[in-house]
Order: sequence, then C-alpha cells, then structure tokens
Amino acid sequence: MKVSFKVNGKSETVEVSSDTPLLWVLRDTLGYTGTKFGCGKALCGACTVHLNGRAVRSCQTQIGSIAGSDVTTIEGLGGNHKVQRAWEALDVPQCGYCQPGQMMSASALLSTNKNPSDEDIDAFMSGNLCRCGTYPRIRAAIKAAAKMS
Amino acid sequence: MEKIVKNEARRDFLKVSGSAAGGLALAFYMPTARMAQAADGGSPNAWVKIAADNTVTIMVARSEMGQDVYTSMPMLVAEELEVDINAVQVEFAPPAEVYINSLLGGQLTGGSTAVRDGWEKLRKAGASARMMLVAAAADNWGVDASKCSAANGMVKGPGGKKATYGSVAAKASTMEVPKEVPLKPASQFKVVGKTKQKRLDTAMKVRGTAGFGIDTVVPGMKYAAVAMPPMMGGSLISYDDARAKKMPGVHSVVQYSRGVAVVANDYWTAKKAVATLDPQWDAGPNADLDMTSLWSKMEDASNGAGAVFRESGNADQGLAQADKMITAEYRLPFQSHAPLEPQNTTAHVTADKAVIITPTQFQQLVPHVVAGATGLKPEQVEVQTTFLGGGFGRRVEVDYCIDAAEISQAAGVPVKMVWSREDDMTHDSYRPAGIYKLTAGVDANGKLQALKFKSTSPSISSRLFPSIVKDGVDPFAVEGIDNFPYLADAGMNFSYVMHDTGVQVGYWRGVSHNLNAVALECFIDELAKNAGADPIQYRIDMLDMGSTKHAWSGLSAGVPVGARMKTVLEEVKKKSRFGKKMPAGKGQGVAVMEGYNTVIAIVAEVTVDSTMDVTVDKVTAVVDGGTLIHPDQALAQIQGSINFGQGAGMISEITVKNGTVQQDNFDGYRAVRINETPKVMDVHFVKSDGAPGGLGEPATAVIVPALANAIHAASGKRVRTFPALPENVAAG
Repeated sequence: MKVSFKVNGKSETVEVSSDTPLLWVLRDTLGYTGTKFGCGKALCGACTVHLNGRAVRSCQTQIGSIAGSDVTTIEGLGGNHKVQRAWEALDVPQCGYCQPGQMMSASALLSTNKNPSDEDIDAFMSGNLCRCGTYPRIRAAIKAAAKMS
Repeated sequence: MEKIVKNEARRDFLKVSGSAAGGLALAFYMPTARMAQAADGGSPNAWVKIAADNTVTIMVARSEMGQDVYTSMPMLVAEELEVDINAVQVEFAPPAEVYINSLLGGQLTGGSTAVRDGWEKLRKAGASARMMLVAAAADNWGVDASKCSAANGMVKGPGGKKATYGSVAAKASTMEVPKEVPLKPASQFKVVGKTKQKRLDTAMKVRGTAGFGIDTVVPGMKYAAVAMPPMMGGSLISYDDARAKKMPGVHSVVQYSRGVAVVANDYWTAKKAVATLDPQWDAGPNADLDMTSLWSKMEDASNGAGAVFRESGNADQGLAQADKMITAEYRLPFQSHAPLEPQNTTAHVTADKAVIITPTQFQQLVPHVVAGATGLKPEQVEVQTTFLGGGFGRRVEVDYCIDAAEISQAAGVPVKMVWSREDDMTHDSYRPAGIYKLTAGVDANGKLQALKFKSTSPSISSRLFPSIVKDGVDPFAVEGIDNFPYLADAGMNFSYVMHDTGVQVGYWRGVSHNLNAVALECFIDELAKNAGADPIQYRIDMLDMGSTKHAWSGLSAGVPVGARMKTVLEEVKKKSRFGKKMPAGKGQGVAVMEGYNTVIAIVAEVTVDSTMDVTVDKVTAVVDGGTLIHPDQALAQIQGSINFGQGAGMISEITVKNGTVQQDNFDGYRAVRINETPKVMDVHFVKSDGAPGGLGEPATAVIVPALANAIHAASGKRVRTFPALPENVAAG
C-alpha cells in the first residue's frame, strides 16, 4: 500500500506492505539508519522515534497505522537539541548503538517534564537498554539537559 | 516445493579457524591488497597518513565497541606526532601483519589489551613519523634535522623556517625509518592523561551518523533473513520455499551451511518470507540436553581429578592439620553476550573477490574463514571493519561473516544479512557455566593456612585456540585464580576440570575472572566471617606482598600486586566508610581482584527485602589502572563494567531445554536497566605512573562478589548459586 507521512518535517510517500514496521521503512526504504534495530519486540528501546511528538517503538508501529503522521528520528533532532548537547558534553555514548533511542526517549521525557526526578527518569527510561552500561551518564545528561535552554 | 537437504557434513569453521589462527602468540603473516597502501606517498608508516592539505589520518587497528579505542589509541600517536588530536581523522585499519596485537598474536580486539599493546608501539609510531617529517623538511632546507623541531602539525627550522606536515609528507615517506625512537617522558605529556579530552566519535554517535555494521549499504544490495537450527548442534532436514518465492520483493531462497536464508529487497520482506519456510530440523546430539542433566554431569565431573595449575606446600596436609576446615561450592550460569546490535554482515562474493563489511573483533581471521567457505583465496577477501554496536567478546567469533559470505555467493548478489534478536541470543557462544569448590584450612584465629580450589567448567580455547591449551589447562579458564593474591603458607592446590557440556562457549567480557574471582572473593568473605574479622582488614592481613610470577597469567602482569591491592583496599574502606552502621535489611560487601594488570576493590551496598529481592543502592570502586591515557573514558569503562557485571551477578542467566536456549530476547534474558542500577556510583583512580592496565573488563568480575557479600551482610544469606535472584538468595 501507499502511505504518506512526514519524517523530520519532510513529506514522504512509500509503497510497502501495510504491516511493515515503521523501523524498517525508516531504515531500509528511506535510509534513516540512525534509528536502530535491537529486539523487534519493544523490549530494548533502540528503535525509539517520536510519532506526533510522543515516543514510540518504531519496531511495533505498523506503517499502515500512521498515514498523515509526523515522525521525528534522531536525524531530526537537529544536532543542537539540548539532549544532544548534554549527551555530547558528558560523552555519554560508549558503543553508541542504543543512544539514538535513549536520546529520543529523553527528549520526549523532557518535553512533558521540565525537571525530572530520579524516579521520573527511572520510570520513563527503563524501556531503553544500554548493554555498555552508560546509565550513570544518561541520568546525569538528562539532568544537565533539563537545565539548558 | 519442499527441498530435502543433502546430509552433508557442515563445514567446520572451527577447524578452519583453529588451523588459521594457530593459537595465541603465533602471529601469522597475511598479505592483503590494501597492505601496499602503507608505503604510499604521505604515509610515513602504517599508522599515519598525511595528505598534502595537512589532513592527518590515524589508523586504528582495534575495533571500536564502546571501549574508546577510536580516541585513546590516536591519542597515543598524536602525543608524539605533535598534531592536534581533535583535528585528526580516524580510520579503521584493514587486516595486515603490522596491526597484529602483540599481546594476543592476532589482529584481534579482546583481553583488555588495546591500550596496553599500543602504549609504546603507537607512541613510537607517532614519534617515528614526526622524525621523518622533520628530516624531510630539514633536507629541503639543507639544515641538520637536530636544528629543527615539530609542533602542532608544523616543522620549524632555523631562521623562522616553517613547513606544514602536508608540504613535506610525500618526501617524508621516502626518508629513512629511524632506528632509535626516543619517547618523551610522562612529565611532558600534552595529550596522554588529558582530563578534558572528548571522545572523537561522540558527535556522530549523538547524531545517529556513526556507521555500524547494520547500517551498511552497498550498490545493488539485497537483505537476508535466516532460519537456523534452534537446537545446539542441530541441522536442516528440509524446507518449503513455495510461498516465499511467490512473495513480492523476494529475490531468492538459498540454503547455506547452517540453515536457509531468504534474500529480498528489504529486511521485513525477507523476515516475513523466512517465517513461511517451515524448516524441519534434525535435533542433533544435544536433543535431550537440559539443565538438570547438565548440572548433574558437571557435578560428577567435578568429583574427578583436575589438572593442577598452581601448587605450593602440601595442601592436603595443611587441611588435615588445620584447626578448622571450611568448604563452599558455587555455581555460575551461562550468559549471553547480547550486544544490542544483532549479528550482521554485508558480503559481496563474486568469482574472484569477496568484500566483507562487518562489525568484527577479529578482522584478521575473516579472510581465512571466508576463503574456506567460498573457495576463494584469503588474499581475494577484503575486510572492512565498521563500528560495533557492542562486542563483549561475541564478535571474536566469525560465524556470521561466513554465513553472509555463503548467502551472497549462493544468491549471486551483495547481501546484508541481519539476525533477529532471537537468532542472536539462541546462537551465541555463551559465557561458560561452572562449579567452583573451595576448601580452606584455618587456624584457631581463623587465619587461612591451606586452600584447595577446584573449578569445573567448559574450555573456550579448546575450540578457538587449541594450541594454547596445555596439560589439561586452558589459560583462559584459570584467570582470576591463577594470580591468587593471598598467603596460604601450609599449602595451595588449585585445579581445573575441563568439562564439555554440549553448550558452545565463548569469550565473554572478563572471561574466567567472572567465574574464578567471583567464587574466590565470595569464599574469602566466608573465611573473614568465620574469623569474626573485618573483611577488608582480613584481606589486607593475608596479602602476599612477595614477588611471585604465575605461569598462566598470560594477560595479567605476573608481577606482585600485594602492595597495589593493599592500597585499593585501604582507599575503598575510607571512601565507602566500610563498616559504618547499616539499618536492618541493608549491608555492605567488599571484593578485590587483579586482572589485566589492573587492581580494583569494590564495596557494594544493597537492600534485601523480605522476599529476598535485592536493590543495589551504592557502589564505591577504587581502581589502580596504572597510567590513564584518557581518564574520563577510563571512568566510563569502570562505570559500564559495574552495570554489565551487576546484570550477570544478579539477574541474567541462559538455560537450555531439549538442546535449545530458553531465553531468546530481553524479556527472558534480563539485562540491567536504568532503574536497577545504583543511584550512587563512586569511582576513584589511584594516582599511578605505572604501565597502563586493561580497563574494559576487570570490574565486570569484581562487582559480583562485592554484591553477593553485601547480600550476606544485609540478609545473612550466602549466594552460592548465581544469578542472585530471590530464589537463589533465599536458598543461601
């Protein structure tokens, strides 16, 4: 089927089967490879993107269900987003594979909670796995980003 | 139509790898087409390329899997090359003899060796290149090189003469390679040890532009999804490709050694088509394998004789004469590496060439195994290493590179093969499980007099590097105990029972430190408790301060660590306020270890509730890692290792039923999440000008006994079976 939607503000139309996860449309069809595949079951958060401003797992989001929606990927954060600046200032990434998903979750958290507590961070970020164990810096970077304009 | 698979013996890549690698410490020469580039104009040596426009490129010959080689190794080159580290380009090196890791004998990333191997080698490479650039400029000016100097990418000569590196690079590459290459003293370091140095790969990792293996795209590329036997040692009997072949977007269905693959225009189509293949499997030799029988057989094996790898005095006599004998047995489970980037490789195999683009820790082996699988010659195989989305030892294995090459060859197109998480987790080479039996003889004061240690566990190296296994001892199975740091004057007898379980095992971050040192440091805590002693002081009092070099300590320094252990133990006692009064249900535990020439003491603080559920509240670590190249990332490695080790010690476990791994994703195989990590992680480094220690692995092991000992302090329960899930704590 043909589906039209926006990725990072740009209109896209793809022709794929309607059950194709948004993840694979982004990666394979449109070339937005910043969004990562980790588990395919919404267990790791590596594929997190924003759908109409809310964080979703793109591996569980069928393309047929999002016609007309706005999708933001890590490429669309722009590079100067406060979460990216905080991540860079604290050198959060190690292998870096989970970090696009971590930053998409963190930016979604900060969009609704300007000053998240440790408990807020735990609750919102526990769906994003990091096998390298960058958690102390993720926590610190979210707090640092919260203080940025 | 249904395809019946001919019952051919699966080509054994292990055999290939065994003969190709020939074992650690046996470097082998492998010419590649790209090696010639090392002598091109503008390349004073294989580590540095300088373009006419002054672009400086530093080659990194280890795989970047999070541990910071992308920055820390160029820092070593830049220190002596006298260039701005933040302006250099970094390239991953192809396989070539010059890039062999002298601590491992292969171009291999592992064993926390990258910086230790590079410490002198890379500074000398930078210095040698600088000297050749200076010599070239001096020759142009007709002055003596000793009258010239280099700084910030520029050669300066008498009378204000200046030449950029780029302007003399081509000539420099023809100058004589200096024989004597003096290095600057630590007091003059400008790059090494710089606390504010940022990682060179952060910007792209923060923007999503870092190229991992799975992000590879080559012209004409198709995508492959696979079906592999779920049972260990199983094989394909038949499959039905009728439905798959009718699906739009499917290019082909191909059988390969390990299973069957669908090659399609995109991954989702390939994956959906694989689900229609209805593969039938021969369960193979492990069809009845389950954990009950596995542990039972391992227990039987542990009652037999082991190979003695360290002995002094007469342990039996010492035990017989002791005032008291104390025994304990610990069991440690299988673990999956589970790097977040599932295994994948992009392969393009044609009649006379193969290009393999892959996230690998062992690029040197890839041409050999791909040649073996495709019929090409190793020199016809080009390997490009990408960023690795985690490694942890999984990508020392080259199985997935072979698979992708076979699939590309059969399909006749460039193919990116991507495993599902389920493929990855159920086709790992797992951290060995093991049984650890310890018997101590103590005197009336509880002081250790004699110790017997016996481990029973599968050997990893018997499969991967058989030539290093000698007299029944795999050196990678005795780490963390061969360097036993304490005194037991009456006698010690340490033995290893090599026991194959049918589960394929592999090098997992920290390798057998994560087994032996866990058992040992838990046991030492039991001895301290018996003695009624402070567990830190108990350890300090029995440290061997003498000079002992242990035969098997291949990756450890093999030098005395007693004084370094005393320092970290005393420091961690202060920093953690060890022994402070804790409320009911809370406790502190300590552990110490030397591994990879790094000495670490950790104090963990936990809360154990009435259901024996454990919360990790705080971790304090004191680390003597020698000279730190990139201090902030040394810290990052310790932080990450503590989280990684916590998972293995507390919640993660792989089990087997009917020869099939029971955990296939992050629901069954739990990995530590942010809400489970300690809110306070306090890491300190001992100031040291010693040789750098390895930092990527040791803390993964030390955290586990520190947690177990804290659980005992909080609950009175000894964790003897890991992970420390509530049922295993309750049983203690």
